[in-house]
Amino acid sequence: MSLQIEEQRQTEGPDGRPRQELVVNVGPSHPSTHGVGRVVVHLDGEVITKADMIIGYLHRGIEKMCENRTYLQVVPLTDRLDYVGSMYSNWAYCRAVERLAAIRVPERAEYIRVIVAEMQRIASHMMSIGSAAADTAAATLFIYSFDERERIIELFEELCGARLTYNYVRPGGVAFDLPEGWTDSVLEFTKAHRKALDLMDRMYFGNVIARGRLKGVAVLGRDDAVAWGASGPVARGSGVDWDLRKHDSYSVYPRFDFNVPIGENGDAYDRARTRLLECYESCSIIEQAIEQMPTGPHKVEGQPRLIMPRAGDAYDHIESARGSLGVYIVADGSPRPYRVKFRSPAFCNLALVPKLAVGHTLSDLVVVLGSLDPVFGEVDR
Amino acid sequence: MSGFVGGLVWGLAGGMLIALATVFGVWWERKVAGRIHMRIGPQTTGPAGLLQVPADTLKMILKEDITPAQVDVRVFRLAPHIVFVPVAMSLTVIPFASGFAPLNTSIGMLFFLAVPSLSVIGMLLAGWSSRNTYATIGGLRAAAQMISYELPRTLSVLSVVVLAGSMRPLEVMEAWRPWWILANAIGFLVYFISSIAEVNSIPFDLPQAESELVAGYFADYSGIRWGIFMMTEYGAVVAASLFGAAVFLGGWRWLPGAFGVVLFIALTLLLITAIIFVKWTFPRMRSDQLMTTAWKILTPMALVQLVIVGVIVPWM
Repeated sequence: MSLQIEEQRQTEGPDGRPRQELVVNVGPSHPSTHGVGRVVVHLDGEVITKADMIIGYLHRGIEKMCENRTYLQVVPLTDRLDYVGSMYSNWAYCRAVERLAAIRVPERAEYIRVIVAEMQRIASHMMSIGSAAADTAAATLFIYSFDERERIIELFEELCGARLTYNYVRPGGVAFDLPEGWTDSVLEFTKAHRKALDLMDRMYFGNVIARGRLKGVAVLGRDDAVAWGASGPVARGSGVDWDLRKHDSYSVYPRFDFNVPIGENGDAYDRARTRLLECYESCSIIEQAIEQMPTGPHKVEGQPRLIMPRAGDAYDHIESARGSLGVYIVADGSPRPYRVKFRSPAFCNLALVPKLAVGHTLSDLVVVLGSLDPVFGEVDR
Repeated sequence: MSGFVGGLVWGLAGGMLIALATVFGVWWERKVAGRIHMRIGPQTTGPAGLLQVPADTLKMILKEDITPAQVDVRVFRLAPHIVFVPVAMSLTVIPFASGFAPLNTSIGMLFFLAVPSLSVIGMLLAGWSSRNTYATIGGLRAAAQMISYELPRTLSVLSVVVLAGSMRPLEVMEAWRPWWILANAIGFLVYFISSIAEVNSIPFDLPQAESELVAGYFADYSGIRWGIFMMTEYGAVVAASLFGAAVFLGGWRWLPGAFGVVLFIALTLLLITAIIFVKWTFPRMRSDQLMTTAWKILTPMALVQLVIVGVIVPWM
């Protein structure tokens, strides 16, 4: 019997007779919660009248652990935040440290960071699109998108030896220079990836049942998206033109020519398709970056391993695959950060579940969850 | 008495056929799905992975048959059989070859449509007796879905009955003419789609809905009882394909003697493969969309088909 956090409520049906709501516990171990989240839904028939999002099952106290590690030792911890987009947490943290310690990153390192970040965006979006499709039982699209993701992971493996927790972006640059011939493999990938995206677009987003399942479900208005602090594809799917790469441009992004895909209706379909269209843009950014990339050092020469920034604080944010990922560090002049706080986009986006799920059916709950693309490592931290 | 013995023999044969069809069907599905997914599918157990399914079945038989503490034990144990037996029974009226249907009854067409529907009682009982919210929702969904899709399916077969002027499957087959395929095109489409719904395959697998209800009405089952549910599903796919290949596509009528039977099997396999293709290409529908499809699209289509046939018959 499922655990209940609340007594089953009695409501009044349209005919005036009392109706008993059914409380269903979705998660924490459930195929569609994308990790270990839990939603307690109250059902009237199949329609959700109330949904409580319960998080914290993957809380590891990473922010606290950061306080007991040196600045360099924190980087592997950031890998474990957003485990399908480790490069972002690496990079956001390193930017904050670099701002704090006034480290100037070599230009080549910035280009490498942009390339890996955009590849990570593709990998993360492939995961999101694939698993959201699998929630609607489109198992084949799941395999296709994971096939694409696998290629990026293989390239990352070649780059830094790890498949998920890269520990690649470090304060002052990146861990290793690009292996020989790596950029050619990446260009080969982006070429093939565009075709795969076309196929996915036709196969899933053009499918009449998929459109029926995603369109008009979990509609998030433009103003609501802003008010609830949504960011990334969730906000852009609702028509909010907000992408830190463009609107608070960092690193070498101003040098690239790319579009920010914006949705219109703010429903699950627009959110998922925004992700798909972003992958095309990422391919183009990667190609431009490889073309423009200068030679030179991949990290700051002569930087000590023990970074000891002055006392103070620094905040920096980047556009991760899920939205605005911010890192706030307070330093007290010691080799360890005094306090580290992550502003995780997945957490803010996930807060929308109770709002978006009400009024839809239980089948739509998994669509709502999938369209918000939560990664619980980042939500619970 | 001989009728009883004969029924027993055919019942056992039907059960064996379902078991064999399951073994082959699962293997075939995994191979086809593998190709759709750009992978190979089972290949290490036996030649081309053919022994994978027997190995899995053996595993299911040897597994502990868990009866959860909260269930209504007797109903819980009985439910898989109530699901299985009607589907096995429905195989008996299929006209396998010229002049041969195990149960040559004058109401065969109706028998094939009505008897497997009894499975829904088993699904409902399985869902209800599990006393699990997921299973309960799955069972209720199964009931709503099966009853809704019964209507267009029955109406689509009715047009064949009207054309043939008989409800005895063998007589329908004798009366069958190649131009019926064209005359019954809409009906066949309705039959195909509603059959997918009747066998709970994607895009109509709401009662099981792996990503929502985990496994729906059989979420709490394990071991061979779970296996019986799966076997029934494949048995139902095979039965629906056999029947469709016979009365809609002509089955063995195209070629004489044994060649006809081979062709009949090939046509059946074609329909099974079509169902597998649909299963691995389409996403799942939502319950309201499911009902809309049944009542607002398929049922009117089946009625239109009936009118078409009604216009043709007086001219025959």
